[in-house]
Amino acid sequence: MTDALVLLVVVPIAASLFPVALGGRFERIGWFVAAAMGLVHLGLSATVAARVLDVGRISYAVGGFEPPFGIELVADGISAPLLVLVSLSTLGVLAYARRAGPHSNAFYSELALLTAGISGVFATADVFNLYVFLEITGLATYALVASGRSPSAALASLKYLFVGTIGASLYLLGVGYLYIMTGTLNMADLTEAVASVGYSSPAILTSFGLIVTGLLVKVAVFPLHTWQPGAYAESPDTVSAYISALVSTAAGYALVRIIYAVYTTEFLDEVSLAGDALVALASVSIVVGAVLAVMQSDLKRMLAYSSVSQFGLVVAAIGLANETALVGAVVHLVGHAVMKGGLFLTVGVFATGLGVRTVEDFAGLAAKAPVSSAAFAVLAFSMVGIPPAVGFVGKWNIVVGAVEAGAWSVAAVVVVSTLLTLAYFGRVIERMYFTAPEPEADAVSTDGGNETVEVSFGMRAVVVVSAVAAVVLGVLGSDLITVIQPALEVYF
Amino acid sequence: MIDLLTTHYNYVASILLFGIGLYVVMGSPNLVKKIIGMNIFQVGIFLFFVTTGYVDGGAPPVVGHGEETFVSPLPHVLILTAIVVGVSLTAVALALVIRIYDGYGSLDEDVIKEVQVDD
Repeated sequence: MTDALVLLVVVPIAASLFPVALGGRFERIGWFVAAAMGLVHLGLSATVAARVLDVGRISYAVGGFEPPFGIELVADGISAPLLVLVSLSTLGVLAYARRAGPHSNAFYSELALLTAGISGVFATADVFNLYVFLEITGLATYALVASGRSPSAALASLKYLFVGTIGASLYLLGVGYLYIMTGTLNMADLTEAVASVGYSSPAILTSFGLIVTGLLVKVAVFPLHTWQPGAYAESPDTVSAYISALVSTAAGYALVRIIYAVYTTEFLDEVSLAGDALVALASVSIVVGAVLAVMQSDLKRMLAYSSVSQFGLVVAAIGLANETALVGAVVHLVGHAVMKGGLFLTVGVFATGLGVRTVEDFAGLAAKAPVSSAAFAVLAFSMVGIPPAVGFVGKWNIVVGAVEAGAWSVAAVVVVSTLLTLAYFGRVIERMYFTAPEPEADAVSTDGGNETVEVSFGMRAVVVVSAVAAVVLGVLGSDLITVIQPALEVYF
Repeated sequence: MIDLLTTHYNYVASILLFGIGLYVVMGSPNLVKKIIGMNIFQVGIFLFFVTTGYVDGGAPPVVGHGEETFVSPLPHVLILTAIVVGVSLTAVALALVIRIYDGYGSLDEDVIKEVQVDD
């Protein structure tokens, strides 16, 4: 039964070989291999989730080497929902990519590798193994971002590669400090080992600083976000949706695991500066990300800066060391993935169908594409945090947690961020529904120069499903919390 | 100070490598030199790990090899993995550089910025 856990990583890695290997003989085999991989992955993650609901926590010793000496894979109430999220996002993105492309076989190999990397990050319980999976995720993402044919996509990807590699290297250095002081790499083992070394030991403090900085680069929190808007905006719509849904989410999850499983809340109590610094940095990120989003005219850049702001919320909740806030952070990780992935796909539908890419072009769009516009509006209002959508559940728990922890400034920042989110989505929705289109807009969109692809049923369906999922997840929010809560309780 | 240099020179070297690598990544406008800088930075980390794994007079933990002190091989194994990751990163980075050069006709960041503004 627990074999499913390791197969979640092995199946995508094995699948990634086939599109390139068979590509010479069958031109369009990539999509079918990836779709089969996605279905198997969903079956495996559902098996893992069912088992976790049953017994709470399952663990797998890779290669038969018992932890703490071997690598341990673990699934619990936090990682199981995220693993299911990976499967569903993969299938959703594939349904979209069937028509929208990219169609090259290499693209589907890279997508499968990225699925493997992210599943690994969610499943592993070993700090060095986490580094390897983060780098697999990174390598696949750099290649995917560059799969846009323009040289500016390659440049954005290279910039991401430099910043991402420095971040991952800082993480590795931090792991080095931890290993020198404790002699172990297993997270559960490190909990006690770090405590016995002493939380105020300079080497432990250095390792905390290096590891957290490295992961914050990958999460893309201001001012470490510089790689992110370019990478999201220059890559093909399919890729933007997939990486915005999962890549930063994986790093955010790693941050939760490392801080609470390895360093624990006692560390945050004793070294209050650590939590305070995280909260302060995150608060700046929430506000600055939202302000930058308001200033963008390109819609994909706006969504990218919106992610900087939303991940600020998650990091602030992590820094608060409060159980309710942390539950909110995990819910928001899941919710943000659904909402932001859906929004990028909706923007992709508008771009392929009508050739609109900027906020200006959105005037009167609701009349031309009523279904996609409605989906966009639902997802946007969910991101703002309007009940009963999932954005509300995450933000509400974070605010309640902030108040419980006595951090009134965080509660205020979250409320302000909600208003700013409304500001940048409000102006788009206002244009879509209440502004008449400019007369020559039609002429521009027909000879826009882009290769026009007919929007397929699959593309529209994915967009609608993500909008529905955002609302349904919000309604089922309390059930999601009952799954997550027992896994987080052990840290408090 | 002299004492530190003679006994801990390998740590000093790895910190110098971090510094040089980071400086090249941030300071050089040439994209290939940035990749070289990134490699130097990573080598600093590799040296750091390997240094911490070294025990004076230690033997590998293999049956029949041992006198008294055994050395954990784990840091060296970790670095073998990290070197593989580093090589893959360099390969991807160089592939991207080829595409950037095809598109802009230059590897200089400042020139590329000018080309982008002109477009």
